[in-house]
Amino acid sequence: MVELFFQQLINGLSLGALYALIAVGYTVVYGIVQLINFAHGEIFMIGAFGAFVTWMLLGRPTDWSVATSLLVLLPLMIIGGMVASVATAVATERFAYRPLRNAPRLAPLISAIGVSVFLQEFVRLFFGTIPFVGRIPGWPDAKSAVPFPSIPGISGQTIQLGGVLIQMPAIFTLGALAVSTVFLWYFVNRTKTGRAMVATSQDPDTARLMGINVDRVIVAAFAVGAALAAVAGVAHGLRYGNIDFRMGFLAGLKAFTAAVLGGIGNINGAVVGGLVLGLAEAMATTFIPGQFGSSAWKDVWAFVLLILVLVFRPQGLLGAKVVDRA
Amino acid sequence: MNKRIYSLAGVAVLAASLALTGCGARTDAGTGGGSATKVAKIGVIAPMSGGLSAMGLGMKNSVDLAIKQANASNAIPGWKLELAAEDDQATPDVGKNAATKLASDDQVVGVVGTLNSSVAQVVTPVLAAANIVQVSPANTNPTLTKGADPATPKRPYANYFRTCTTDAVQGPFAAQYLLGAGIKKVATIHDKKAYGQGLVEAFTTAFKAGGGEVVAAETINPDDSDFSAVISKVKAAGPAAVYYGGEYPQAGPLSKQMKAAGLKVPLMGGDGIYDGKFIELGGTDGDLATSVGAPVETLDSAKAFVAAYNAGGYAEGYSAYGAYAYDAANAIIASLKTSLASAADAKSARSATVTDMAKVSFEGATGKVGFDEWGDSVSRVLTVYKVDGGKWVAEKTGELK
Repeated sequence: MVELFFQQLINGLSLGALYALIAVGYTVVYGIVQLINFAHGEIFMIGAFGAFVTWMLLGRPTDWSVATSLLVLLPLMIIGGMVASVATAVATERFAYRPLRNAPRLAPLISAIGVSVFLQEFVRLFFGTIPFVGRIPGWPDAKSAVPFPSIPGISGQTIQLGGVLIQMPAIFTLGALAVSTVFLWYFVNRTKTGRAMVATSQDPDTARLMGINVDRVIVAAFAVGAALAAVAGVAHGLRYGNIDFRMGFLAGLKAFTAAVLGGIGNINGAVVGGLVLGLAEAMATTFIPGQFGSSAWKDVWAFVLLILVLVFRPQGLLGAKVVDRA
Repeated sequence: MNKRIYSLAGVAVLAASLALTGCGARTDAGTGGGSATKVAKIGVIAPMSGGLSAMGLGMKNSVDLAIKQANASNAIPGWKLELAAEDDQATPDVGKNAATKLASDDQVVGVVGTLNSSVAQVVTPVLAAANIVQVSPANTNPTLTKGADPATPKRPYANYFRTCTTDAVQGPFAAQYLLGAGIKKVATIHDKKAYGQGLVEAFTTAFKAGGGEVVAAETINPDDSDFSAVISKVKAAGPAAVYYGGEYPQAGPLSKQMKAAGLKVPLMGGDGIYDGKFIELGGTDGDLATSVGAPVETLDSAKAFVAAYNAGGYAEGYSAYGAYAYDAANAIIASLKTSLASAADAKSARSATVTDMAKVSFEGATGKVGFDEWGDSVSRVLTVYKVDGGKWVAEKTGELK
């Protein structure tokens, strides 16, 4: 039982880390423009596909040594994923959200849902295809799941700690979350752009008066969220070995839940919310006895937890004390 | 003003769709040119995009092959058959729209499909209202032919037939195989869809009756990609095999994650995981699947189908249900031979096609093709397949007693 507890702890934390990496993107954007960017799940999906394309362009290496794979291949794939997701996020902001900046709150929300559908279908229909020419020979199409390349040293590797089996992709996800959190803390608290972001989230008009270029700050917020989503996309590919055009929907929904749970608008809250949600799902699968305890009920318990938190702390676990915008 | 235009448009659309689906008196099919060739269409409703498209496209191509052969041999004098394929995306709502579209086409006389039992549950009523015969090569849920209550079977729709066996046969066959292999403790997992749940229920009953023990019964969400929590729980129960009710898009990753989490026991499933994609997505050596019929490649009757399919130059393989779809199309064509012979137009032959279906009997690609009083296939042959060296290999063929 103790072993099972620690096993589910690891399962829950690593799943939660994946949610957290995506949740940061929701929370950063919400904190600045009060927009629930429902297309963020698709940014995560495009990050995974960007990494996959990078691997294809590198000549589909499968026999690189462990050291080269970890030090060259994996970083290149992450950067490739980031380029794809950041470019998509910035373009989305420019064409789908900026024209609606001063429109009623519902307009950009619907626009976000439209972007989400557009991006899913775009990948489904056009991945591996050159427009007006046709399919690229040898490239898979994304109409069904695409096998993600395995990285020597991570994919399929495990560490045995007592009775607990830890998979390397899970460690990669947790490590990526740790590095990203440190990077985010530094970015927000110690760089000029980061502090401009904080100022803009507190009061956009005054920030503009102080000489902050609000448009650029908003683009930076989308870019930061997209970069972390790309890391999550690579982690997803490594963990599950498959990526597909629909993967962003459920992951995005769960990550959005995590962001609300932690307190939307609060970056640390997104990280905590993600981990708590992942843990709740894993623990509910095992430790709730009786007929309500099987895996069929894990999402029910996760959302029961969300409702309880919101009843007693409407601002979320780490949210701002005063909720002045809802 | 705007509001009124919208509601007017809504009423117009509603009226149009009623006129199209109802028994209107439109007779634009068969323009009465005397000896001129008339057109009858055989529809296909199957997933042609999305995770299950490998199976759906195999079905569509096989029906296309059957139609081309019938036209080449002039099977129905005076009539030319055409294919009308609709994508259902493995989703009931989309399938219903596809069925409505086919039902409103007066030239459609029969439909091959669907792949998913859950889609058939909404497609069949639409086609039944229009008297269009439906033959599924792949629905294995018993309720489609025998109604919701197994104790008092009642056939819900007279227009529904299938060329494959059902979960009521497939689940017990898997249970017998595992018990025969000395496996007494299994865990079951299903995806909460009609197919997966039905399969697991049939399996569980037979496995317990045979002296086996189900040590864990779990479910997953079809949209999930992380199964680690379920796997850890199942692993703690110590099963010797995992029986999975569902399809390969989840089964492949599930098998992969099981083995990565140290649960190194075979995953066994039904015909929904019997596809090359299962192995591509993570199915490993030792995993098992039951599928309906004997292996297509070994049957003499199937060799002609495989040869013709390969010669047809189709981009996709015939997949698990190709031969069944081919037989389903030929069953419809056999029925059309009598029903169309005296018909003035395709639409008026619809109900005769349904009644003549019961008399259809021939040697098809998968063996004997014929239907019992429920619309189920008379064949109860199944095969267990095993992943070996990265390929599905037939392990044992037999008939459920």
